[in-house]
Amino acid sequence: MNARFVRLAEQGRPIVKLTVDGVPIEALQGDTLMVALLTHGPALRQSEFDPGSRAGFCLMGACQDCWVWTRSGERLRACSNEVREGLDIITQQPEAIWPLRG
Amino acid sequence: MATARLNTHRVVIVGAGPAGVRCAQTLVAAGFKPILIDENRRDGGQIYRRQPEGFTRSYTTLYGTEADKARDLHESFDRLRPQIDYRPDTLAWNLTPGQLCCVSQGLHTTVDYDALILCTGATDRLMPIEGWQLGGTYSLGGAQIALKAQAVSIGHRVVFMGSGPLLYLVASQYVKAGATVAAVLDTSPLGLRIKALPKLMARPGLLFTGMKLLAQLYRAKIPVHLGISPLQVLGEAVTGVSGVRVRTANGETLTVACDAVALGYHLRPETQLADLAGCRMRFDEASGQWWLEVDEEGRTSVSGVYAAGDGSKIRGADAAEHAGRLVALALLRDLQLPVDAAQVAEQRQALKVMDDFRLGLAQAFPWPAAQAKALPDEAIVCRCEMISAGELRRTVSEKGACEVNRAKAFSRVGMGRCQGRYCSQAGAEVIAAAAGVPVQEVGRQRGQAPVKPLSMLTREVAP
Repeated sequence: MNARFVRLAEQGRPIVKLTVDGVPIEALQGDTLMVALLTHGPALRQSEFDPGSRAGFCLMGACQDCWVWTRSGERLRACSNEVREGLDIITQQPEAIWPLRG
Repeated sequence: MATARLNTHRVVIVGAGPAGVRCAQTLVAAGFKPILIDENRRDGGQIYRRQPEGFTRSYTTLYGTEADKARDLHESFDRLRPQIDYRPDTLAWNLTPGQLCCVSQGLHTTVDYDALILCTGATDRLMPIEGWQLGGTYSLGGAQIALKAQAVSIGHRVVFMGSGPLLYLVASQYVKAGATVAAVLDTSPLGLRIKALPKLMARPGLLFTGMKLLAQLYRAKIPVHLGISPLQVLGEAVTGVSGVRVRTANGETLTVACDAVALGYHLRPETQLADLAGCRMRFDEASGQWWLEVDEEGRTSVSGVYAAGDGSKIRGADAAEHAGRLVALALLRDLQLPVDAAQVAEQRQALKVMDDFRLGLAQAFPWPAAQAKALPDEAIVCRCEMISAGELRRTVSEKGACEVNRAKAFSRVGMGRCQGRYCSQAGAEVIAAAAGVPVQEVGRQRGQAPVKPLSMLTREVAP
């Protein structure tokens, strides 16, 4: 799938390796999780209320559209958490899914 | 007497943007050591957001014409930091009289205050459009943060849609940074801008900067359409945005292919903490939204609670710096401490000019209230929980909910993850149109704690 975000500058930063849904990816030091994920694919998570995928909205911690999870179940706001070496990210909500999903 | 007060009076400022930093600076100059709580990792707020450590772009690249102001604010903060109790990465999520509830890195703490100064800022003001829930639709401010804080574009071909000065600023910043801008689509027609010129002349320098931005877009051959009506964000649920469709000023349907949309209609204030403190709100006719009721120096209706910056009145970053200084002086005066009258007069005069200008902006780039009425029933109003305009309208027509909190109870519009930040104003317009009353008569959504979602893993610090 195509990347959503496009890097325009600041590409000389050291590489940080993390895993997203079991797949290893490379990001740059100082990237938010959102930038790390969306420079590799089009979405951050699946909506709980429809078949749509979501890719964040406000980037300032106000809308909560960009939640992702660590494998241990910790919820992270992708727009305001930076990548760390070895992070193991899951984009599927680990909690119960609402039966409304179409 | 004065010294005793300095040592015992606990002053807490929420927000380290232009208002909060100038407020802290003024209080430190008077001998206080305020606590400055900020949700961000670094100071500067949204407008003067600092890029992460290790990024190398210059102030001019990042902030353009505002580079000197950004540098001055950051340097002021750096000098201030040893003299204040600065708590970054800390969310103030609730308050009771005299006590603020905070969470930082999963740990809960309470902070006692005698005076609370809310410099909580603003977020984008959004009007829904059919398809705005598709991945690749971002708020205009969000599009700017992507560039400023992370050096990325939100897409390969970006459409900027909405209204207000930020629309042109962010679009031109994208062009300058080398991003592909597919079009700038503004709902406000040219005629309103011409009518607003006398008020906008209150700040000729800023008006000129705005015109230069527009000229830059034209020079870069970016299609700019004024007076458009947004119709739809096009795309697929899984892959996201593939274009936008609008009606142009002369009635034609225009489709623009893109993979990202930056959408926004100026700003709305973050008033939840003030609301929880019991501060009175007032309906601002010019912008058509509820603002915090403050006097000219930043006192709210609740004794000991003050506010400055866009969280109280949307007047922009320059005004926020003046209001931050002024609110600190107001607190000093309320504590019967010596205050330089000339300094107060200077801040008040500067703010008066900015008040005139903001009325011009409200006239030139109005909130498109009528769009809410025209929204098709199937258009999503609440993107958090996928609730449509039709479902919201039925709470009015079938259940008689003519007040926003009642309609929220029936429809859940305003109850999702964003807690109404991005749907409640448009939702109020939908309800008002369905009920056939002016929007101020359907009320405003009450603030609720926690003002942002907390993790179930949050732990309390042992006393």
